Amino acid sequence: MARETPAGDLRLADLTKRFGVFTAVDDLSLTIEQGSFFALLGASGCGKTTTLRMIAGLEEPTSGQVLLGDRDIARLRPYKRPVNTVFQSYALFPHLNIFENVAFGLRRRGIRSVDDEVTRMLSLVQLDGYGNRRPAQLSGGQQQRVALARALINRPQVLLLDEPLGALDLKLRRQMQIELKRIQTEVGITFVHVTHDQEEAMTMADTVAVMNAGRIEQLGAPADIYEFPATAFVANFLGQSNLLAGEATGVSGGDVAVTAHGTRFSVPAGRSRADHGPVHLGVRPEKLILVGSADQVPAGHQHVTGVVTDASYVGVSTQYLLRTGWGTELSVFAANSGTSTSVAVGSEAVAYWDPRHAFLLPRDAADSDRTSPVLDEPVGVSS
Amino acid sequence: MTLLAPTGAGHPPAAPPAARSGRRRLLPYLLLLPGAAWLLIFFGVPLLQLAAASLYDPSGSLSTGYAMTWAVGNYPDVVQAYWPQFLRSFGYAGLALVLALLLGYPLAYAIAQKAGRWKNLLLVCVVAPMFTSFLVRTLAWKTILSDNGALVGLLRDVHLLAPDGRLLATPFAVVLGLTYNFLPFLVLPLYASLERLDHRLLEAATDLYASPVQAFRRVTLPLSMPGLVAGTLLFFIPASGDYINAELLGSPNEYMIGNVIDSAFLVRLDYPQGAALSFLLMAAILAVVFGYLRRAGTEEVL
Repeated sequence: MARETPAGDLRLADLTKRFGVFTAVDDLSLTIEQGSFFALLGASGCGKTTTLRMIAGLEEPTSGQVLLGDRDIARLRPYKRPVNTVFQSYALFPHLNIFENVAFGLRRRGIRSVDDEVTRMLSLVQLDGYGNRRPAQLSGGQQQRVALARALINRPQVLLLDEPLGALDLKLRRQMQIELKRIQTEVGITFVHVTHDQEEAMTMADTVAVMNAGRIEQLGAPADIYEFPATAFVANFLGQSNLLAGEATGVSGGDVAVTAHGTRFSVPAGRSRADHGPVHLGVRPEKLILVGSADQVPAGHQHVTGVVTDASYVGVSTQYLLRTGWGTELSVFAANSGTSTSVAVGSEAVAYWDPRHAFLLPRDAADSDRTSPVLDEPVGVSS
Repeated sequence: MTLLAPTGAGHPPAAPPAARSGRRRLLPYLLLLPGAAWLLIFFGVPLLQLAAASLYDPSGSLSTGYAMTWAVGNYPDVVQAYWPQFLRSFGYAGLALVLALLLGYPLAYAIAQKAGRWKNLLLVCVVAPMFTSFLVRTLAWKTILSDNGALVGLLRDVHLLAPDGRLLATPFAVVLGLTYNFLPFLVLPLYASLERLDHRLLEAATDLYASPVQAFRRVTLPLSMPGLVAGTLLFFIPASGDYINAELLGSPNEYMIGNVIDSAFLVRLDYPQGAALSFLLMAAILAVVFGYLRRAGTEEVL
């Protein structure tokens, strides 16, 4: 099916879905390039699964278009779309063996000789020889791969993945992330991956869209989003940030001057999303370096002073909490590379950073400092 | 048995382990005992008695007494005399089963998947007729279908029925009665199966190019097989042995094998014949059931 139709990008245009008074997806527009690995990242209830289900045809949009190439498929029945889904629960047919599960889509389209294709698919997902088993006889990871093979065998134009790794344990998850990426590169199909796991999104996707309350907060390459988040939500959903509430006082000499908690800082204009009014000055915890006193801060760097209130050793790094004079606790990650000395809890310390690593975000006037990450939602309750 | 065994079993801690494990092993048999005794006294013994009676000398009677002559000939004799009633029994029961499936499957599906908060109420409605006696319900049908009833009058008026046509005392009435009376036995197990059906599997099927009809055939139907098999058996077995519907809604032309057995035991007092017929009916039903189960191939039921 996919082979005959002309290739094309997947475009969502002004897509909206309301359930009663609740707006799950709010006027969403985005373009997913053909052959790319795209991740929709967000906490549960942010509308990412609803978006996916509208692309699959399992949910009808309230308004807007789903375009594949230049064809609007938004009102097409799911079985008429060149789109397949890997479901969160896998939804393998319990009454069919693995072979028939994988062959299901081909058979429904009236293809008679499926043996070669199924065998090829099973070996792509490394399940050779499992054809005669029932889904219940396989482990979670194996079932996940069957679900993938069952969808991929149809060579859809777009493959949708709905938290496909949510039910797996951490180690298997890492393994499957690499596996999925390998398979995507091999088959060259557009993957749209829905997840609440920011690490998963960053590891696999070429492009990540961070969703919040039915809208896209930021869209871009994982590194770009991480290094220069667009909003406070993104800064703390994708990794963790220390956001200090301040007032920007305008540009001078390529830098934006900021006053926060009585101290003057500056951020390069290229890393500022606002140059006047209330702003958040953001620095990632791993970009902060902890030293004993202000004279150890190298020239051209900026710093804040505080007291170390907590130090947790987590192997690759030590995570410190530094309570500033105005009471905010900043996170500092010090890599255990052997070059830095440890700082004792209770002692005074100075955290400094290179201004080129900081970023400036517009801020609601009522917002104060924000340093805690947006917590991951438990698996299995996504919208 | 050991200290690691799950707690909460609540046996006295003083009992030595050996005695405890011995009692454990006996427990299932002790639990079986009342049921087994009941079956033995009220099913096993009468069954043997009936088997013996089916081999009595057919020339005996209640007043002269029966002699045990191992009269195996009773069996071919009753087949020769009553094979039309045998065929009719299975024919009517089969026809009623088809009708009940056409009515019951959509009903069970609707209750299980679409009824939402009305689910329990609808289930009660399915079971509600059982609160009145089987006999009373069948008599009610007799009134509904009677020659002077409104239904027959209406059908005659619209010329769906000849001016002297009737519904009562026709195969139609008997099959209708069977369908009606045994429908809940089909619907309830079907409902139980369909209720467990995961709608995500149907979504997966539609995602994999199955049209609604194909999704039903390839996913819903196979997954409801356990309930379907159990329901059809619960329907077919009593329906093929039933005699009330043919008695009340039919005429001797519609008599089923149950009616023959009934009259052999209670009217003609021909015990050897009645017993032989009973055994043949049992054997025929067992054969049908096993043949069916083999074809349906659902390990889940047996």
